[in-house]
Amino acid sequence: MKKDGKLYFEIDGKPCYAEEGQSIIDAATENGVFIPSLCHMEGVKPAGSCRICNVKVDGRNMTACTTPVEDGMIVENDIPELTELRKAIVETLFVSGNHHCPTCEKSGNCELQALAYRFQMLVPRFPYKFPEKGVNPRSDQIYHDRNRCILCKRCIRTVTKDGKHVFAYHGRGGEDLHVAIDEELASRLTDEEALEAMENCPVGAILKKERGFEVPIGERKYDHQPIGSEIEN
Amino acid sequence: MERISIDPITRLEGHGKIEIFLNDEGNVDNAYLQIPELRGFEQFSIGRPAEEMPRITNRICGVCPEAHHMAATKALDDLFNVEPSSAVKKLRELFYSAFYVTDHTVHFYALGAPDFVLGPESDPAKRNILGVIHKVGVEIGKQVIECRKRNHEIIQMLGGRGIHPVAGLPGGWSKAMTSEERDQIEEWSRQNVEFGLFSLELFDDVVLGNQEYLDLILSDAFTHETYYMGTVNEDNQANFYDGDIRVVGPDGEELVKYPPSEYPAHVAERVEPWSYLKFPYLKDVGWNGFADGKDSGVYCCTPLSRLNASDGLATPKAQEHFERFYETLGSEKINGRYQPVHHRLATHWARLIELLYSAERMVELVQDPEITSQDVRTVVTNTPDEGVGSVEAPRGTLTHHYKTDGNGILTDVNLIVGTTNNNAPIAMSIKKAAQGLIKNGEVSEGLLNMVEMAFRNYDPCMSCATHSLPGKMPLEVKIYDADGEELETHQQYVD
Ligand code: SF4
Ligand code: FES
Repeated sequence: MKKDGKLYFEIDGKPCYAEEGQSIIDAATENGVFIPSLCHMEGVKPAGSCRICNVKVDGRNMTACTTPVEDGMIVENDIPELTELRKAIVETLFVSGNHHCPTCEKSGNCELQALAYRFQMLVPRFPYKFPEKGVNPRSDQIYHDRNRCILCKRCIRTVTKDGKHVFAYHGRGGEDLHVAIDEELASRLTDEEALEAMENCPVGAILKKERGFEVPIGERKYDHQPIGSEIEN
Repeated sequence: MERISIDPITRLEGHGKIEIFLNDEGNVDNAYLQIPELRGFEQFSIGRPAEEMPRITNRICGVCPEAHHMAATKALDDLFNVEPSSAVKKLRELFYSAFYVTDHTVHFYALGAPDFVLGPESDPAKRNILGVIHKVGVEIGKQVIECRKRNHEIIQMLGGRGIHPVAGLPGGWSKAMTSEERDQIEEWSRQNVEFGLFSLELFDDVVLGNQEYLDLILSDAFTHETYYMGTVNEDNQANFYDGDIRVVGPDGEELVKYPPSEYPAHVAERVEPWSYLKFPYLKDVGWNGFADGKDSGVYCCTPLSRLNASDGLATPKAQEHFERFYETLGSEKINGRYQPVHHRLATHWARLIELLYSAERMVELVQDPEITSQDVRTVVTNTPDEGVGSVEAPRGTLTHHYKTDGNGILTDVNLIVGTTNNNAPIAMSIKKAAQGLIKNGEVSEGLLNMVEMAFRNYDPCMSCATHSLPGKMPLEVKIYDADGEELETHQQYVD
């Protein structure tokens, strides 16, 4: 099946090629197929925590960000069963935090919101929890709004240029599991690093201070095109 | 902290109910506008970063989100101690003026005009905007819709969204204007001026040309002599975006003029057990009950009040109409300024004059070379503490007052919304109209509508007005029969 040293596989019947060891999701992107994801970031060790990227591999549910392509694999992605599952996950994320898009600076650039639009979520089927989580404003460079954090660990898995971890998990295993900031380190972030932290966060949990609405509403990433359309061909 | 959940779906609209109590003879004893509603923005925004306020509070209302957005944005200027550039101020005022044009258009044509154009005694089923269009012609209906449309497009262009704008930033505005946008807005602003003139002509023909309506406007039932509040510029001309708050007495004399941040020294709020609304009054005068006159701290804050509180308007055509307004309604000029007009139904006329002013102001602003300046953002570095922002909402002076910790997290929020200012005069107007119009148990639909007219001219917006959330809403419902016997009482949390 291999061709020019590349693995051959299919997504929804489309012939695709991958490097040895490449994850299904990264390979899909290269082949112009969009597999929805939230916790995944190219180039960063996968966490497999959000489960949005669920695909069917030879009939079994697998997370596309943690599963490497194998030669001859048959992957199902854009099928009603998976869309429904992914939509349900997005809904659970909406109800377990406080995602008030109208007041959020990330609106239009938020991946969670964009997925909700893509899946045509109108209202979550689960009851809202309205948790009381609080905002940590105590660093000069960023706000961390825990109400919006979806615990994707993207911030935790990325480091500053000199290899420092600004974000870490706290309260592991308990109800209070949350991302904590090293406030001192966060205060010393350069503007670029703080902006990068904001961009790495798929939602509006990490916001750069003093830079709100640099891109006006209406000119943002997902204002005119659904998420994934930049990949699909 | 107690957890408070608000179901955003069920609290979206304003509800008010008028209750009229008759005595033995079937005459009015008392009449109230009851507001059984609650919103709670003052409480649930605590703990949020202050920068979010322009986008949180604009959700208080779908009718005047621009006013909340702007008051909040100005409160942030003050909170973070940043002075917006003059280009930003002009851009904001242009945006705000477009909002005034569309908001006053809705009120006049959809809410106020049915009473006049069709008449208070007309069939209630037809007394609505469609009835108005039917009577004055489809062409005019089209103009109204077009006016709404172009101004909402301006709001979207400048404010980022057509209904709930997002562009306000501390010390700035998130979007500069392009020269194409400028050209388009100039054309639309000129159309607004035409529309304003046309609306005043219509008012002339339909209302002033009809002796019956004129008598109604001048009638005692719709007259109250109170204090009047409005924002004025340095020449004491009305301004909706910025200025000092000026209060004049029923005799037209200036009582005080103060910067918005000093409002706590001049305005106090009174709570009555029968309404969730707070009743603000002038501290400089004191509360003397729901009463007219110089000794009563009741004040009013409407288009009529704004004209009464100012010496004039800063644009030529609006100024002409301003003068005509006072001359026609028999006001004398003393010490260079007209005596206040106390006829509440004249508020509809005043509203149209304000519409024209806003339209003319748009033409001025859009022609200003600075309006397309790209210098619209200020990076804020000051430590926040406390800020007050105020604008003239179409329904009255709107004040946002925030306190934060050193990190900009809100610790205290107070919103004095336009409608709230008018709570006391609205209650007074309803009672008086009811007393004058219901005699010996004779209650016809047309008469009841006139009682409604008494409050409609204030253009009250109940969804804005009730947002304090102590968790325990005082509510009392009493039902009396004609003998004044209490039939039933339902109470909760009444002291
Ligand atoms: S702060 Fe943002 S990036 Fe970090 S875990 Fe939460 S949602 Fe993910
Ligand atoms: S993207 Fe694969 S589990 Fe989150």
